[in-house]
Amino acid sequence: MAYQLTVNGKAQVVDVDPEMPLLWALRDVLGIVGPKYGCGIGACGACTVHLDGTPVRSCQTPVSAVGAAKVVTIEGVGANAIGKRVQAAWSELDVAQCGYCQPGQIMSATALLAQTPRPTDADIDAAMAGNLCRCATYVRIRAAIKRAAGVEA
Amino acid sequence: MSLTDLEAPSRRGFLQAGLAAGGLALSLSLPVTARGADGATQSFGAYVRIGSDGLVTIVAKNPEIGQGVMTSLPMMIAEELDVDWSQVRVRQADNDPVAFGRQIAGGSMSTPNHWEELRRVGATARAMLIDAASQTWACAAAECSTASGVVLHKASGRKAAYGALAAKAAACAIPDPKTLPLKDPKAYRIIGQPIAQVDTPKIVTGQPLFGIDVRLPGMLYAAYEKAPVFGAKVAGADLDAARAVKGVRKAFVVDPPKLSVEVPGVGGPLGGLLPGVAVVADNWWSACKGREKLDVRWADHPTSAQSTAAFDARAKAVGAGPPARNLRKDGDVAAALKGASKTVEAAYAYPFIAHATLEPQNCTAHFADGKMEIWAPTQLPEPGRQLVAATLGLKPEDITIHMIRCGGGFGRRLVSDFMVEAAWIARETGRPVKLVWTREDDIRHDFYRPGGWHFLQGGVDASGKVTAWRDHFVTFGEGETFVRSANMSPNEFPARFVPNYALDVSVMPLGAPTGPLRAPGSNAIAFVVQSFIDELALAAGADPLAFRLQLLGDQKLVGDGQGAYDAERMRGVVKAVGEMSGWGAAQPKGTGLGCAFHYSHLGYFAEVVKASVAADGQVKVEKVWVAADVGRQIVNPSGALNQVEGSVIDGLSEALLQKITFEGGRTVEGNFNDFPLLRMPDAPAVEVKFLKTDYPPTGLGEPALPPVVPALANAIFAATGKRVRSLPIDPAMLKA
Repeated sequence: MAYQLTVNGKAQVVDVDPEMPLLWALRDVLGIVGPKYGCGIGACGACTVHLDGTPVRSCQTPVSAVGAAKVVTIEGVGANAIGKRVQAAWSELDVAQCGYCQPGQIMSATALLAQTPRPTDADIDAAMAGNLCRCATYVRIRAAIKRAAGVEA
Repeated sequence: MSLTDLEAPSRRGFLQAGLAAGGLALSLSLPVTARGADGATQSFGAYVRIGSDGLVTIVAKNPEIGQGVMTSLPMMIAEELDVDWSQVRVRQADNDPVAFGRQIAGGSMSTPNHWEELRRVGATARAMLIDAASQTWACAAAECSTASGVVLHKASGRKAAYGALAAKAAACAIPDPKTLPLKDPKAYRIIGQPIAQVDTPKIVTGQPLFGIDVRLPGMLYAAYEKAPVFGAKVAGADLDAARAVKGVRKAFVVDPPKLSVEVPGVGGPLGGLLPGVAVVADNWWSACKGREKLDVRWADHPTSAQSTAAFDARAKAVGAGPPARNLRKDGDVAAALKGASKTVEAAYAYPFIAHATLEPQNCTAHFADGKMEIWAPTQLPEPGRQLVAATLGLKPEDITIHMIRCGGGFGRRLVSDFMVEAAWIARETGRPVKLVWTREDDIRHDFYRPGGWHFLQGGVDASGKVTAWRDHFVTFGEGETFVRSANMSPNEFPARFVPNYALDVSVMPLGAPTGPLRAPGSNAIAFVVQSFIDELALAAGADPLAFRLQLLGDQKLVGDGQGAYDAERMRGVVKAVGEMSGWGAAQPKGTGLGCAFHYSHLGYFAEVVKASVAADGQVKVEKVWVAADVGRQIVNPSGALNQVEGSVIDGLSEALLQKITFEGGRTVEGNFNDFPLLRMPDAPAVEVKFLKTDYPPTGLGEPALPPVVPALANAIFAATGKRVRSLPIDPAMLKA
């Protein structure tokens, strides 16, 4: 079945099974491979994208459930001022080790700062608890969120 | 990631320019320089290319798994080449043992193995550029200097950029790298600077970078189902049901050929192509939907009755009895125990653990015109090439392996099972195929950190000195051989520090595959040894940190030759971590400090954990202090600190959360719901101090991990009076 999607501001059509998770429509059909597969059960957060600004696990979101919501992935989040700041903070603090989880981390962090521009440690814990980092770069992720927010680390 | 991008620079070009990494001497028999296809680039061996525009391309020889060597190894070359880091572009090498020698991400050996050699690669290219300049200016080379990619002749005020000299330099004689002076470290402008990973811009913008991101024209996607009991054969499968799923192109049984010789370095027979059923589709989700319809029946297998419960029961029975054999015996343990003023007996156990790289195993392959091309997130490509050759009946020279950035390694990708699966499926399919494992495939077909049991006896004399130590280690193997990563060195601490010491061992057979997990051996043994030291300190009525310093003695080197233990370096980090952590200060009720040290991968580490335990037994790690001695020079302080922080939190995940269990010969756990990792709210602050000692720099991917596990267990004892003797730590045992 054909679905109209808006991904990173661009209209796209995917002709797929309604049940296909958005993650695989993005990765295998549209070639947008920034969102990552890590678990397939919504437990790791590597596949996080924004639907109308809300962070969702794209591995748990059927294409048929996206509707008219605007999809933003790590490839497009830099078009948003907050997303750009978050990406810059990630670069400045050299957050990544392997880097595989970081697209999902950046999407969750950007959504956090859009809602809560000056997050406390507890806000960061709550917003980021769904994103695993196997390399355990949590110390730097926390610092980078604070840097992007302009709050003291 | 476009095909063009992946193919350049070509393998052929590298070989023409070949400069062997096994040693620069070998490179002298090969042409060291070559003109690039564009006519404007000159190569200085396989590692360095300088364009007429002055752009310097440095090739990173080893796989990048998140340990940062794609940045830190080129930094060594760039420093001695004397260019600005901003002039440098880094390119990942393909698998090419002729040009680069052994290419591996393992053992934390990239830094110690390349520290001398790669600086000399940079110095060699620099000397040739100076040679070119001095010929042009008809002056002595010794009168020339360099700075930021420019050769200078101070006396005449002349200068020339490397780009302008590159063509001439390529024709200059190659100096003997050993004769070239290296920089005084005080003059370093790149080494020792915190430099962000070269892939950072791509990582933060989600550019295609990892094995799982590879896309080729006409590519199909594969899922591969293997037996839950390791190595069992396919007895039947409903291939037609899978083929009926929309998008599925092919479904077929894989019946691997028996290899005439075992391929070394691939983890034994279970590291090769295992029987299974492949489903190939237009996208991976459809392949998985097809796979769900397969209803595979598996043949019976000799290990299908193995279970964690049975291993545990047998280990306890074996541990109580006489050992199968002795690995080390110093003095007379029995007599020393008899004469001790206090003795302690304790049994320790730790579970199997999976690697769980966040990027599941995957690989892309294309077979055309008798040649196999492979894009692999691998830690060790060459044995994979040999395995593919042996299994598919191809010549190794007809197989090309592109090393793609790995979404985590931790030792898992030292094995090449995913590579041979992708190659087989691609040849059967006749199109480029990307094989992706599910998370469940990944956890249930790992090469696990083996579980183990240690039955310990120790004695201290009236002065508090450890006089006796016996360990009966129950592990896995057959006869005199251990399964992979299930052995223990007879030199393992406190061997040589205790006058009466015995290491005994008994083994049990195991069907599950095992292999190295970050700091193999050490990640488990440090827990046992450093926890039991705490038990002896308690028996002696001594402070745990002071007791450790006493045990480390007052000699510098303990033991002989290469295996000697540098007790002085270890005392240095133990003292440092005591100072950093405010060791000895009173803690609130329910909170404790624990310390531990461990030597592995050439690194000396001591760590203190501050942890609190709630009435319900929940453990909170509040802070970790790390004192490290990895020599005189930290190559990239940013990456170094990241490795230590990550290792520490990784170790806490192992201590608090992780275990793999077997039932019916198969792995029970399958995803991050039952094989958890520590998450942001539970990640403590980590304070790190690198002691700069006068030794060559060594690696940091592993040695920071082992001490944190016992330091936490010891902190829990300090907080609660309850001794953790098995992992993962069970909160039920810690309830008030």
